[in-house]
Amino acid sequence: MISNLFNKKMFTLLKVQYSNMLEYRVEIALWAISGIIPLFMLNIWTNNNLNESINISDVMLSRYFLCAFFVRQFSVVWVVFSFEEDSLLGKLSPYLIQPLNPFFRYFAQHLAEQITRFPFAIIIAIFFFIFKPESIWVPNLSIILLSTISTFLSFLIQFLIQSIVACLCFWTEKASSIERLLFIPTLFLSGLLAPVVSFPEYIKSWIYITPFPYLIDFPANLLSGNSTNIFGGFSMQILWILLLFPIFKKIWFEGTKKYTAMGS
Amino acid sequence: MNLRKYLQVYTKFLQTSLASELEYKTNILIDLLTAILSLIGSIFLLSIFFQNNGIIGGWEFRQVLIIQGIYTILNGITNTWFNPNLTEIVKHIREGTLDFVLLKPIDSQFFISLKKINPSGFLEIMLGFCLLLFCIRINQINLNLSFLTLSLITIICSILILYSLWFLISTTTIWFVKTWNATEVLRSFLYIGRFPLNSFSFSLRIFFSVFIPIAFITSIPSEVFLGHTQLWKILLEVVVAIVFLITSRKFWLFGLRFYSSASS
Repeated sequence: MISNLFNKKMFTLLKVQYSNMLEYRVEIALWAISGIIPLFMLNIWTNNNLNESINISDVMLSRYFLCAFFVRQFSVVWVVFSFEEDSLLGKLSPYLIQPLNPFFRYFAQHLAEQITRFPFAIIIAIFFFIFKPESIWVPNLSIILLSTISTFLSFLIQFLIQSIVACLCFWTEKASSIERLLFIPTLFLSGLLAPVVSFPEYIKSWIYITPFPYLIDFPANLLSGNSTNIFGGFSMQILWILLLFPIFKKIWFEGTKKYTAMGS
Repeated sequence: MNLRKYLQVYTKFLQTSLASELEYKTNILIDLLTAILSLIGSIFLLSIFFQNNGIIGGWEFRQVLIIQGIYTILNGITNTWFNPNLTEIVKHIREGTLDFVLLKPIDSQFFISLKKINPSGFLEIMLGFCLLLFCIRINQINLNLSFLTLSLITIICSILILYSLWFLISTTTIWFVKTWNATEVLRSFLYIGRFPLNSFSFSLRIFFSVFIPIAFITSIPSEVFLGHTQLWKILLEVVVAIVFLITSRKFWLFGLRFYSSASS
């Protein structure tokens, strides 16, 4: 019964947010374009034959970076910015009265945005294949399923991290600078700009216990067919979610007690 | 006389915006940390590219660091001046407060481009300078007057091009109201400025020098540093900077004709 109600609420939220997102198609297309950095990186890698040194063929590296682009498209999170704006403008107060954690609203927003973004990502992929026809491949169904799950888990990890940072708004009012700080390791260590296998040994020795490689590198390797430890990757992703969720719950609970309404 | 008035106004701008920004002291500290980590991350990425190859796109590691230094300075300038002001244009147009700007007896572009300042970008500028000084040492560049004037001219031109790019995109807000994502696309393209232009494939090189002149922004000043640039490149950069500046000015005045107030 409760789960039924929950499903209905979530479904309605999703529907509302999806039609909301459809209004801003151009904006979402631009978002999709702004994520093509991995493809520029690929250009540097292949144009300078850097891939030879890490024993990845040109084609596999192309697939890797295309998959990194895809994973990034469907795991990018911007909760902090929405939450900070809502909290500063006082929009948060009505949300708090409703019998639904406001983070469900943001969650639905993100999912809806991903659905809207899907066609644009496909178009960019088609262009990519036109320029690099040799890298076309069709992953089998189970791989697609597994990598979709791991991309979703990566999205969940980032959503939880950002939600924790967003809750700091209750104390500091401006949390987006903390998010910018956290974005730096995400950018350089997640495998968005260079696959984690290419990292020097002193980084590789500890990086796999941090959440970063599981944000982009693991799902992208899985989808592109590069070698990866499937079981280890999934267990680390789940471990991080199990670790972050209680922290989020705790900080949300403490934060709402601190909450002083702003704006009207 | 007119210039003196503008200088006076600008000192006032500086005082007020510094005072308001210094209210968020922890924010500034976090931003400083972000700038340092971001530089470390970029150098780390470059070191991955160079770990097996000695040369990329005709540049050695110690030479590429010059590009990185110039990029850091330009990024600092963007964070100090362009970003806080030009994102404000969106707000002015959405809330109709551009009316107040237009009514003031000073130039609207001057007001809109220089009103605010974000002090945390200063550290990034300083970091960039330190890196450049270090590069001058490791590359054994001898400082003389012609080198200094030429590098100063090219860096100033880069700043002007960068400013014009930002300003052109922000001006389109008059028609599209929300251009947040367009600036995000520009930002991700500017990211390319960290790498030497020659490391990209021919088609991308054309794209980044003709359509979005990112090539001019970092590569030409770096070549001046190394002393192997041709005179025509410097002249070309000066011409591009002037053309861009005039275009941004004309485009702003043209856009203002289409501005219809949003409030009341």
